[in-house]
Amino acid sequence: MNSRVLPLYATIAIFLVAYLICYLQFPAMLSTRVIGNLLTDNAYLGLVGVGMTVVILSGGIDLSVGSVIAFAGVFIAVMLRDTGLHPLAVFALLLAVTSAFGAAMGGLIHGLAMPPFIVTLAGMFLARGASYMLTIESVPIDHAFYDVLRSYYRMPGGGRLTLIGVTMLLAVVVGIILAHRTRFGTAVFAIGGGAQTARLMGVAVGRTTVLIYAFSGFMAGLSGIVFSIYTGSGYPLATVGTELTAIATVVIGGTILTGGSGYVFGTLVGVLTMGLIQTYIVFDGSLSSWWTKIVIGVLLLLFILLQKGLLILGQRQRSKMT
Amino acid sequence: MKEYVLGAAFAVLSTGAPAQTIGFSQIGSESGWRAAETTVTQQEAEKRGIDLRFSDAQQRQENQIAAIRSYVAQGVDAILLAPVVATGWDSVLEEAKEAEIPVVLLDRRVDSSEDLYLTAVGSDLVHEGEVAGQWLVDNKPEGECRVVELQGTTGSSPAIDRATGFRTGIEGSDDIEIVRSQTGDFTRSGGKEVMESFLQAEGGGDNICALYAHNDDMALGAIQAIKEAGIDPGDDILIVSIDAVPDIFLAIAEGDANATVELTPNMAGPAFDALDAYLTDGVAPTKFIQTESALYTQGDDPMAEYEARKDLGY
Repeated sequence: MNSRVLPLYATIAIFLVAYLICYLQFPAMLSTRVIGNLLTDNAYLGLVGVGMTVVILSGGIDLSVGSVIAFAGVFIAVMLRDTGLHPLAVFALLLAVTSAFGAAMGGLIHGLAMPPFIVTLAGMFLARGASYMLTIESVPIDHAFYDVLRSYYRMPGGGRLTLIGVTMLLAVVVGIILAHRTRFGTAVFAIGGGAQTARLMGVAVGRTTVLIYAFSGFMAGLSGIVFSIYTGSGYPLATVGTELTAIATVVIGGTILTGGSGYVFGTLVGVLTMGLIQTYIVFDGSLSSWWTKIVIGVLLLLFILLQKGLLILGQRQRSKMT
Repeated sequence: MKEYVLGAAFAVLSTGAPAQTIGFSQIGSESGWRAAETTVTQQEAEKRGIDLRFSDAQQRQENQIAAIRSYVAQGVDAILLAPVVATGWDSVLEEAKEAEIPVVLLDRRVDSSEDLYLTAVGSDLVHEGEVAGQWLVDNKPEGECRVVELQGTTGSSPAIDRATGFRTGIEGSDDIEIVRSQTGDFTRSGGKEVMESFLQAEGGGDNICALYAHNDDMALGAIQAIKEAGIDPGDDILIVSIDAVPDIFLAIAEGDANATVELTPNMAGPAFDALDAYLTDGVAPTKFIQTESALYTQGDDPMAEYEARKDLGY
């Protein structure tokens, strides 16, 4: 068996076991309502997670996404309040802005050979500051089209399969195809394995890097749109620290932080695991909600150890062969 | 067998009983008052035999929305919500309404339509200021009274409302005059600093008859400044403030402060009562339930009030 798939299997197994435990304690957890909620409540996180997975697969990191989501929400709210533009036009404009923002960061990372950590940290402050420039208070979004965007399909059992939940699932499918089935995806994995080697393989490292961060910016923008539908407002203080949550879901999803190995599908499972822990804590009602963070911390540690273990195992096997 | 019958009898009795399980989505624990509100809510629930499901949103609206959705999925009987922001609650409140789960807002309001929630419980900040002003009118010494005011954070709604209320309270008493008014940012250190400058500007404090502080913390800071200036707070300068945190009762007991107006952390008590009336008898409450702004002075056994409050988490 390919040992690279092992973290993905571990992720899926943990999710299923966790769900089983939840179900045994609270049978209501296995209802279409809870499943619908898991998808809806975590839609924005899943979207940004797909972008983050691609970035991490390339060995990079994008710290700007949380701020970009907040910026997106504020941008949409202010544009809809102050101009007569249709939401779809505002969305298109926004996605162009966030993609360009990501591309610019990618360009700096490659052009100046700067660590992605620093460049996207600057991007994080920039985007957060820009949202404060637009407004300092939460701006409600009151547009008839938003009611359409909030539509849902009622599943048997009363659960709601919302448009934003479906958007997230579709984005995961697109992410899977992009990362595992296209030339771009191969280039991402190659860069993650080592930029020097990738260059020798004939990968256009510069172009790919710009595209990777543009994609992450695009997904963050899309996540911001979904978040604005979710909360019906734009708030410059929203989603502080979401970039770190996104990174955590990617790692729990079985992607190796140093890049070159991982699965977009795993990130979806990571996001759902995180949502499941949160739901469990609310269902229980007596645990402090900070337990979410503790469990995430333990899971992260577990996956880092697992990855390290696999790495050592792989090296041993290789040395045996020679 | 006997036990079984008894059990069945209880089961029959308990149907149609008031709310059993109530979810409470709290903003977080950013201030002492907020922590006390959480503690009091849990105590009130226990008193009534309610199974309270508590969720701390850590200051994030998305966590609150997710928690409310989970409560709906769980099928709780009612939901308490202390919203972190005013906007963006429509769709989740609609979902609760559709599931016929009443939602009661605590302490803060939302901008959603009123039919999406059962009622809102909160204090009237203007009224708090009025109570403080009225106290001064009733208790000031004979003759002209020059008042200094320590305001809350500039532009914040408690600062604006408590200033307005106080002015309404002293209206008609022509011998009371607010001579100086400045922000102490709701903090102890701010209160002390500003009070020092007030004392210097007003002849070392001889010309000041009373201090009105928008919260107890600033009053406590000011008391320190007054003492350091060699004046007797509580006698030479009357001190009235708002909030009723435990420490102000110590000051009142020692005669350093005169009166405080309570911003009660017990928003849940009236909420549970309203829910009880609604769920058992179908009585819909008014859309806003104002909590009492009780006045505490040296005659109200301040040490007992201190003891009652000191473990609430302030």
